[in-house]
Amino acid sequence: MKLYCLSGHPTLPCNVLKFKSTTVMLDCGLDMTSTLNFLPLPLVQSPRLSNLPGWSLKDGNAFLDKTELIDLSTVDVILISNYHCMMALPYITEHTGFTGTVYATEPTVQIGRLLMEELVNFIERVPKAQSASLWKNKDIQRLLPSPLKDAVEVSTWRRCYTMQEVNSALSKIQLVGYSQKIELFGAVQVTPLSSGYALGSSNWIIQSHYEKVSYVSGSSLLTTHPQPMDQASLKNSDVLILTGLTQIPTANPDGMVGEFCSNLALTVRNGGNVLVPCYPSGVIYDLLECLYQYIDSAGLSSIPFYFISPVANSSLEFSQIFAEWLCHNKQTKVYLPEPPFPHAELIQTNKLKHYPSIHGDFSNDFRQPCVVFTGHPSLRFGDVVHFMELWGKSSLNTVIFTEPDFSYLEALAPYQPLAMKCIYCPIDTRLNFIQVSKLLKEVQPLHVVCPEQYTQPPPAQSHRMDLMIDCQPPAMSYRRAEVLALPFKRRYEKIEIMPELADSLVPMEIKPGVSLATVSAVLHTKDNKHVLQPPPRPAQPTGGKKRKRASDDIPDCKVLKPLLSGSIPVDQFVQTLEKHGFSDIKVEDTAKGHIVLLQEAETLIQIEEDSTHIICDNDEMLRVRLRDLVLKFLQKF
Amino acid sequence: MDPECSRLLPALCAVLADPRQPVADDTCLEKLLDWFTTVTAAGSSLLLLQENPCLVELLFRVLKSQDLSSRILSFSLRLAGIFAAQEDCFQYLQGELLPMLFGEVGPLGGAAWTAPAVRSGWIQGLRTLAQHPSALRFLAACGAVDTIFSLQGDSSLFVASAAGQLLVHILDLAMRGPARGRCSPQACDWPACAQKIVCHIEDSLCSIATPQVTQALNVLTTVFGHCRGLWTQGLWVRLSPLVARLLEKDPVPASHSLVDLLLSVARSSVPSSDRGLWETLAQTLSHLSPTQAGPLALGILKLQDCPQALRTQAFGILLQPLACVLEAAAQAPGPPGLLGGAAGDPMTADTLLCSKSACVGLLCCALTHLGLLQPLPQRPSPWPQAPLLGAAVTVLRLCSGSVAPTSDVGGRLCAILVGCGRVQRAALDFLGALSQGAGPQESVTQVFSVLLEYLMSPESSSMVLKKAFQATLRWLLSSPKTPGCCDLDPRTQLFLRELLPVLQKRLCSPCWEVRDSGLEFLTQMTRHCGGQAGFRQALLASEVPELTKQLLQDPESYVRASAVTATGQLSSWALLAAPASPERPGAQQKSLLVELLHVLCADSEGFPRRAVMQVFTEWLRDGHADVAEDPERFVARVLQAASRDPDWEVRAQGLELALVFLGQLLGPRGSHCPCAVALPETAPPGTLAQALPEAAPPGTLAQALQVLCRVQLFEFAFRALFDCDRPVAQKSCDLLLFLRAKAAPCGSPQEAGDSPNVASVEATLQRWQAGEQGQPLGYLEPGAVMAVLRSIDLEGLRDTLAESSDHVEKSPQSLLQDMLAAVGVLGENEADCY
Repeated sequence: MKLYCLSGHPTLPCNVLKFKSTTVMLDCGLDMTSTLNFLPLPLVQSPRLSNLPGWSLKDGNAFLDKTELIDLSTVDVILISNYHCMMALPYITEHTGFTGTVYATEPTVQIGRLLMEELVNFIERVPKAQSASLWKNKDIQRLLPSPLKDAVEVSTWRRCYTMQEVNSALSKIQLVGYSQKIELFGAVQVTPLSSGYALGSSNWIIQSHYEKVSYVSGSSLLTTHPQPMDQASLKNSDVLILTGLTQIPTANPDGMVGEFCSNLALTVRNGGNVLVPCYPSGVIYDLLECLYQYIDSAGLSSIPFYFISPVANSSLEFSQIFAEWLCHNKQTKVYLPEPPFPHAELIQTNKLKHYPSIHGDFSNDFRQPCVVFTGHPSLRFGDVVHFMELWGKSSLNTVIFTEPDFSYLEALAPYQPLAMKCIYCPIDTRLNFIQVSKLLKEVQPLHVVCPEQYTQPPPAQSHRMDLMIDCQPPAMSYRRAEVLALPFKRRYEKIEIMPELADSLVPMEIKPGVSLATVSAVLHTKDNKHVLQPPPRPAQPTGGKKRKRASDDIPDCKVLKPLLSGSIPVDQFVQTLEKHGFSDIKVEDTAKGHIVLLQEAETLIQIEEDSTHIICDNDEMLRVRLRDLVLKFLQKF
Repeated sequence: MDPECSRLLPALCAVLADPRQPVADDTCLEKLLDWFTTVTAAGSSLLLLQENPCLVELLFRVLKSQDLSSRILSFSLRLAGIFAAQEDCFQYLQGELLPMLFGEVGPLGGAAWTAPAVRSGWIQGLRTLAQHPSALRFLAACGAVDTIFSLQGDSSLFVASAAGQLLVHILDLAMRGPARGRCSPQACDWPACAQKIVCHIEDSLCSIATPQVTQALNVLTTVFGHCRGLWTQGLWVRLSPLVARLLEKDPVPASHSLVDLLLSVARSSVPSSDRGLWETLAQTLSHLSPTQAGPLALGILKLQDCPQALRTQAFGILLQPLACVLEAAAQAPGPPGLLGGAAGDPMTADTLLCSKSACVGLLCCALTHLGLLQPLPQRPSPWPQAPLLGAAVTVLRLCSGSVAPTSDVGGRLCAILVGCGRVQRAALDFLGALSQGAGPQESVTQVFSVLLEYLMSPESSSMVLKKAFQATLRWLLSSPKTPGCCDLDPRTQLFLRELLPVLQKRLCSPCWEVRDSGLEFLTQMTRHCGGQAGFRQALLASEVPELTKQLLQDPESYVRASAVTATGQLSSWALLAAPASPERPGAQQKSLLVELLHVLCADSEGFPRRAVMQVFTEWLRDGHADVAEDPERFVARVLQAASRDPDWEVRAQGLELALVFLGQLLGPRGSHCPCAVALPETAPPGTLAQALPEAAPPGTLAQALQVLCRVQLFEFAFRALFDCDRPVAQKSCDLLLFLRAKAAPCGSPQEAGDSPNVASVEATLQRWQAGEQGQPLGYLEPGAVMAVLRSIDLEGLRDTLAESSDHVEKSPQSLLQDMLAAVGVLGENEADCY
């Protein structure tokens, strides 16, 4: 059993598991941090950005974190754990010869589609002035300014996919529900479990009859909107692959939400605007819910909230229809019937307005001071670029970063000098190390496999020994482009016996509680299922020439020698030998058993746990005598 | 006993002894016992029994009855104890009844004994009974002491504890005999009873079973805590070797009880005679684990006189956990003994690192103990202020993860402590306590920076933030003033400038507890520093005052109340937002008065309204500028709003405000002639006496009364006099008495005519008293008021109000009647069933 690690990003994993003749890809996250090396794509040509010295405007590329470690066309299935971890899907399904199936839950697919749609829209709607790729040549890249010249594997950076590719990729997805058991070629069974992190987010169990591998990716134990995490089903795993822990282990989401609200209120009260760069789904639902409760108490009822994204409307509406994927509280609301999320009320009362872009209706309705939620959190493309340019000059305004995926300082770099206040409140609800340690104690996997980043404290806080996985035995770590042999051997395989064959067996009790029977059968293997069938009857001797039958291929069953069992007590054996006239017997102990040396007869009897050898020099009579003496000590059946 | 009770008693005794008529209410029996205690304390029990033979009969019947409830049996045992407490009555009962009640033939051997209430009653009966030497002989004869020994391990904690106390009582009684001085430890001359108890204690101390050792230690703790006789010294000399031997065991058994005992002995008169005690204490300190030794060390340091060496040892123990922390977090190996010679002890370090709960427990105890010690006069000297500050700061930094220890121990400690709210709260409390002492400049800078870190951190929970605010306040208030002027020193000012934006953010927190603590901090800070230029400047430059005002509309009532107090305080110091326009100075402040009046009239919750009344009272008392403009109108409006308030505390506070107003008009309580006091030149500066209208020359009672009538203070006070809430009525009564006392020397009797006005007022008041408060009094003439005041029996009313509300129902007669009636009612119900 092997694990091929294709991504070095612990929260955007991409691993391939080879397990019992199946090749399963676990997630295909897209690490977009490389976009930070590019200039923002403004909706309106920005003289400031295009005149920055030594920089040239490039389109937003994405870093596809793959290597030639494995031929991706051999991947049988891809299991997706949440919508953030499927963003590289088109690159795999459309460009690698992949012919398998992708499994994901319905909300994952729908919201994943929205995220991809938004990404494609953000990139495609900006006219590309130039396109260049020569710079990716290593010799030229060396000459580029830092940090671009230090970027690794720029040759693997790809242009953003198109909407056709997205649609084609999504068409390969088969929808699954929590706890649904999916057979892969009869060899393994995969099951998605609720992971509590996002709408439809899942952990996966990959198991055969005797082995169980759990894949935990992006899970949360906090009470937010999704269904709570199913921990119990992770018990008794041989291997637990652990990815997608919180990226900001020192920030408690509750504290951050408080910080977010306080800063928002302070800014708005002073007449400033608040910009929240965010993804169109996920934490934004929780933020809107918090604000719903907070705005009245903070006297912000008259402040408009704008949510701008090409998929804003779909995102807000989708969230309301996936009731079965929501936490219990929200599910019960549906029966009242009420919308599960309170943002419906915000929209109804005109406190929250959503627009596909800054053009059109938005420009008519726009009123300041206000709060704007928009993408992309990298600040390199999307409507957020426009607001950064618009509001960056005033110290009254504030940009509040809530998505933890990008370094906010790097994201802000091209906008410097910046007068607006910047607040960093990363809200990451995924498991922290305390929760992980509790989880591992609870589910007790035999082995834990995780990215190497989790096995040591973060580099910036090397003294925080609490910010790493602490389990026994120590977790196995992997890094990008590594192949890991998972530390357990498959020992058993399940074989079925046909009823008529089972009927014919006559077990014999060899010691209390243990019965044995010999089986003569034909092993039939198809679709990774093994069945013992009764052997064909011996062919009737026929005089005439007949057509050769298939069963003739099977060699005739010879008369079977009895099987032996039991052990030979050396002392008694020696006594027996002496009784039978052998003398001058020496016994030597060896590592595996004993050697009985009949010096006179120049014969050795090697007695080991599972074999006995009589070595004598061409004296068949003697050998048979000795053999019979040995057999006296063993049971036959 | 009054005859009526005597008459009811036989019936009651019959009911009590009748198993078919169960007494439903336990409290009745308790009240009955209380009553008998009072009756026997006032007279002879023997006489009581002779006059009321039903009582003895009751006791006999209880003994004979098989199916009586355990509570009646328990009651009877206690009752018998009360009677037998007098020696002559004891003799009277001793022949038959007492052995049957308390001896082996009584409940002791029966099925009833399984009820804890009966065992408890048996013990309490004996406890009351054991008051005289005859009782001791009785106890010895009936073998009660052995039973008490066994009850020490009773399954009911109440019984077990009472048994221990009874033993102490018997021991004390036995040893208290006449002419007993200090006994020799050998104690061959000790009374047999005492001898027996002491031997039992000795046996228990030697036992290998910890519960027995605990029982013995608890009994001894009570002995040394409560018995003052010289014999206790002899007892200690005799038992101390056994106690010391406990220390040889590992682990030390019953360490908590041992610590209690040693401290109890150390506080008694023993130390003056036995210097060995200090040695035992020193040994105990070194034998106990760091967690167990903490409370002992604190107790030792609180003792008034004990050897310096022991104090040093005890202090060392309290300091050790912090010394370990300092050592572990030190960037480079520092000088040994960072904390006054207390180096990090390996055992303490082990405890700190062995588990999270042990570490948190030990650190919290150490911090709390040191915090308690800090303000005491007998605290160790020299007090290591600077290292303690360093330790508190380090603990807080370890908890926030902002310190990067290089040592392995430091790393593990950091992993244990990071994010631990309990330690954070204890450390912040301790840091606050340390503000009372000075510290080196560098340490104080660190303190301010760690406090700021906590106040800023989004990770701080609301409780931690509250503590951080409290500690910050204490440090700010204790910070040194710039020499030569009363302003804050530059460092504090710098800190304030950083603090205010944080406070501003906290006032916007979505968590109401945080907003509330922020406002409380602001109120306190303003109260103490409102006059200091540095503070005023920083505050006015920030948005804090404006935000505070906005919080008057907070959805949470506690926050609104705190916001009311805070804005009131800010306004008192003219620190609320600057006037809206230069032409109308004070326009904003006026609007605050209107706003607060609105809160008083319209807020649905009591807390904000109470806060408004307090602010208004304070404003009136301090001569707030807005109030001083037209105090009459102000008082009239406030009293009008308060009189309608459904919350009695608001109405009571209204009377407080009225009292302040009266004081300002007529002079404070205690001075007799208002005419003199109310003169402008003698009135306290800033009081309203100065603000009386020009037209009415101050100094005459009549004018003052006119003012009071105009603000309708009398209507308010008279209504309050008949308020359904007693504290309001009491307060109003006091106010009117004060007014009458002030007015009496100056008043002229001829004012009190029988004018129709007075009659109508009296009639209205009578209706009010009867509960019909709808009708207003209308405008009152001062003369009529004075007449009414003189006609009401205010003293009588005060006395009535001083009685508790159940004084009528509390009489023994009513108790007996109630009990009988309750049984009667039960009987009727039974009849209905058929």
